[in-house]
Amino acid sequence: MAALINVPSKAKRGDIIEIRTLTSHIMETGFRRTMDGALVPRDIITSFTCRYNGTEIFRADLFPAIAANPYLSFFTIAKESGKLEFEWIGDNGYSSRASASITVE
Amino acid sequence: MIFWRAIAVAALAATTSALLAGEIPPDARRSGYSFMSPDTRAMQDDDTSNPGMLFVLDGEALWGRKVGSADKACADCHGDARSSMKGVAARYPAFDRTLGRPVTLDQRINLCRANHQQASSLPYEGHDILALSAFVAHQSRGVAITTGDDPQLIAFVEQGRSLFMQREGQLNLACTNCHDDNFDKHLAGSPITQGQPTGYPLYRLEWQTLGSLERRLRSCMTGVRAQAYEYGAPELVALELYLMSRARGMPMETPAVRP
Repeated sequence: MAALINVPSKAKRGDIIEIRTLTSHIMETGFRRTMDGALVPRDIITSFTCRYNGTEIFRADLFPAIAANPYLSFFTIAKESGKLEFEWIGDNGYSSRASASITVE
Repeated sequence: MIFWRAIAVAALAATTSALLAGEIPPDARRSGYSFMSPDTRAMQDDDTSNPGMLFVLDGEALWGRKVGSADKACADCHGDARSSMKGVAARYPAFDRTLGRPVTLDQRINLCRANHQQASSLPYEGHDILALSAFVAHQSRGVAITTGDDPQLIAFVEQGRSLFMQREGQLNLACTNCHDDNFDKHLAGSPITQGQPTGYPLYRLEWQTLGSLERRLRSCMTGVRAQAYEYGAPELVALELYLMSRARGMPMETPAVRP
């Protein structure tokens, strides 16, 4: 699925950097019904993780009240050059990954 | 005496037809963007926080994917959309010579699929048609709208205009009653805009998805408790055409974000 990641491409060592992520997902709550009364099954992202050169730096659990196409922003300290990896996991075996690289001087 | 009176009436009619009472003068036109909160504006301005850009990305993938029995992708004929599609959405709905009537961008994409790709048409408001039209229209971002320049469209623009002015529904309201006469006021806490269609298809936070101008028009019709026209109905196309020609010269914003 499409994802939009905003990570500064360069940062100074020790800088606090903001990471913004947006991914496409319908986030069906599981509480809605169709016109004939049948329950629309829940289909949401349940977990998001961010790893910085393999080390987990941020994790979030997501719930049915979160809007479609979840947007998450968080901060970390730029320690070393490398790769930030993002993973979204959800219902029905949903899994999506994205990554971004950063140069720390 | 009667003769002079007739001339006076004719002169009055000539001046008023150019700018009917209630119509917005060109330099007073404002995009829906200017009615939004700073937070929603910021969301639209930053491409990594604008959820409409997710659909543009999907549309870019669809642009290069081979479909139909002709096994052709959009890119096989149109090449790089960045140059070939620049300014295209800014002149839609456009006149189709074969059909003898205007077609919307969504309808054009489906005509292309039927005639050149030999593929099934994509259903209105489905993810794929919205993604493709968002991708195409995104190439015109910042380009001034030119819809309605084609003289073959005059009769259809006029039809759209009369639909815009016509009262309908149990609330007996015409589009013009809100969007010409009362913009900048509020309706149930939400600002009433001028209804300038500069950013379609756009991401509405209320819909939690991208939607077409036709979806917006149908919601308005349901709002005044009128029977909404079906997707692709000639009346909706005429209204879309009138609205785009009314916004002529304003820059495209696709994909816009609206509350």
